[in-house]
Amino acid sequence: MMDPSEAKKETLSVIERYEPKDSSLIPILQACQKRFGYLPREVMEEISLYLNMPLSKIYGVTTFYAQFRLEPLGEHLVKVCHGTACHVRGADKINEILENELGIKSGDTTPCGTFSLERVACLGCCSLAPVIMVDETVHGNLDRDKLKKVISGYRGDGQ
Amino acid sequence: MSTKILLGYASCGIAAGADAVEGALRTGLKEHDLDIEVRRVGCVGMCHREPLMEIHDDRGAFVYADLEEEDVEKIISSHLLKNVPYQDKLISSPERSYDYFHGQKKIVLQNSGVIDPESIDEYMAQGGYEALKKALTEMSPGDVIEEIKASKLRGRGGAGFPTGLKWQFAADAPGDKKYVICNADEGDPGAFMDRSILEGDPHAVLEGMILGAYAIGADEAYIYCRAEYPLALKRLDIGIEQAMDKGFLGDNICGTDFSFHIHVKEGAGAFVCGEETALMHSIEGERGMPRPRPPFPAQKGLFGKPTNINNVETWANIPWIIRNGAQEYASVGSEKSGGTKVFALAGKIKRGGLVEVPIGTPLREIIYGIGGGIDGDVEFKAVQLGGPSGGCLPAEYLDTPVDYETLTEAGAIMGSGGMIVMDVGDCMVNVARYFLDFTQQESCGKCTFCRVGTKRMLEILDRFTQGKGSKEDIDMLKELASHIKAYSLCGLGQTAPNPVLTTLRYFDHEYVSHIEEQTCPAGVCRELITFSITDSCVGCTRCARECPTSAIKGEPKSVHVIDQEQCIKCGACQDVCPVNAVEVE
Repeated sequence: MMDPSEAKKETLSVIERYEPKDSSLIPILQACQKRFGYLPREVMEEISLYLNMPLSKIYGVTTFYAQFRLEPLGEHLVKVCHGTACHVRGADKINEILENELGIKSGDTTPCGTFSLERVACLGCCSLAPVIMVDETVHGNLDRDKLKKVISGYRGDGQ
Repeated sequence: MSTKILLGYASCGIAAGADAVEGALRTGLKEHDLDIEVRRVGCVGMCHREPLMEIHDDRGAFVYADLEEEDVEKIISSHLLKNVPYQDKLISSPERSYDYFHGQKKIVLQNSGVIDPESIDEYMAQGGYEALKKALTEMSPGDVIEEIKASKLRGRGGAGFPTGLKWQFAADAPGDKKYVICNADEGDPGAFMDRSILEGDPHAVLEGMILGAYAIGADEAYIYCRAEYPLALKRLDIGIEQAMDKGFLGDNICGTDFSFHIHVKEGAGAFVCGEETALMHSIEGERGMPRPRPPFPAQKGLFGKPTNINNVETWANIPWIIRNGAQEYASVGSEKSGGTKVFALAGKIKRGGLVEVPIGTPLREIIYGIGGGIDGDVEFKAVQLGGPSGGCLPAEYLDTPVDYETLTEAGAIMGSGGMIVMDVGDCMVNVARYFLDFTQQESCGKCTFCRVGTKRMLEILDRFTQGKGSKEDIDMLKELASHIKAYSLCGLGQTAPNPVLTTLRYFDHEYVSHIEEQTCPAGVCRELITFSITDSCVGCTRCARECPTSAIKGEPKSVHVIDQEQCIKCGACQDVCPVNAVEVE
């Protein structure tokens, strides 16, 4: 939980650059998520006041789009591509190996907070299928061994 | 001519390791005291051979592929210092061109992989913004629309509506305030054409939009681009700033009284926002849900004003048409549809990547000619076109010319351009299930048939993949499909059943195997297959160590056995076996 007065100050510093109109909502949510890593309730309350918009509506928009998160993420976000090319090249298997390696299900974060695991629709690097994206880096042409190497690389700097 | 080096620096290239190659190159050039220009360019289309480097010298262009850091020094010492091409990684030279490009025709991708996409000067050196100057000085807005109509350009987002006609509607709509939108919310899994265009030649899209705005009388525009494409977003921002500086965007463009501003909006991850009315709701700050049409966006679109929306590839065609003339454009392509189409060729293909061919090119030429055939030379089974809205076509359709009408007739669609090749190892029931799972999750929930119907269809397909289906289920699938198509507001629901319907039409026997014999002929559906170890096992124990459920027993150097009760069919043993002794039945 964030300190409410702190949350207010921080949120305002992010959202004041946007005009207080309805069409600013999604850019504001994106900017806040960039700043806080997720969208805590306190932040959404502040947006509600700024845009003069019911909190329920903000919650509705937030939960409609896959990009927005209501929970904090681990240090490294592992996105497993499930595009068509990756699917026919074994994305389900990649997903399963990762779940076993990390000991969590897709959508969860490891208890130590190092990794979050997520399924995504398509990363658009279909010629390198199967691919995953860790933070901002895409790793392609994966097999079991290569995948484990990639993950242990992040373990090294994560712990 | 001085030597220059082009480095493929689009997302695929970066993912394949372009950064390391560039680092080694710059260090190497410095060490050898070579003053050679290194230019980062967009995607040249050969994603399967990334990272790529192209050296241009007096003799012409030499392309090196599949590069690793250690190759760079060899290329420098051989090619750059001794003028002897380094043969090991050379795939194309002035004497011997790579046949991946034979049969391709580059209009949209003409600059991609050639110019630095972050330089407006390089775009202009290729004739960029000439079309805009021509339109503003020699053509009325009506002339521009007529030219686009005559070019027979049709919307490249999937539906194929004639672009000129669409512009006419927006131009004819009464109102002082009009908008233009570029749909860059490329959501189809297995499609990356728009990303590559935006990363490789962003100014072509911007120039196309400026021309469109001039034609319909708009003064403001939005580009709605996926947040998953950070490089495309960055290059758009750079492009817009450069175009403003040069006076091609902003107030009083090129000294005329035409003013036009472009904003970039980042999508937030919802497939349905590729639908035009949902996209507009999203720009307005709402949940991205579609609304009934009419009124069409041309009458009442963004913020209630007349709006013209086209996708990235459509916009990128516009400058070429204005510059080279409608007749020339229409001469490429088929009778009803001018120009080229860009496809993202991927899946079980030898040479995947970005392919641009005249509309009407047969599938076989794309898959076997350009793509080099099936990976591993196994048997072709199907090609999936149009993503979750499209369908899977079998081998009998390989000679079908790729055109809007022919593909629709066959049950697929042109779609945005994803082309995924599948071989005998792919289960069509599983593929149908995969797409339905996708649309079911992405349904916005507004229309009951789309929201609930796709869920029911998915449950039936789940039963098939578990060997628990019945023949009546197939009738139920067809009935649900027809209702979902009929009673959904937008394209997502109207086309969601297509992957199921085409696989039922062409691969009926696979459904029958799943239902009647409880077998999966392709060996994919887990509940219907068993893993076993053959006598060729050498007893290396790797599989036993890898097995997550410890289901494999056996002494070292003796044949191992899988306990079927404990086996979860994850395939780990098959992946690690050094002698291919694990079989699937």
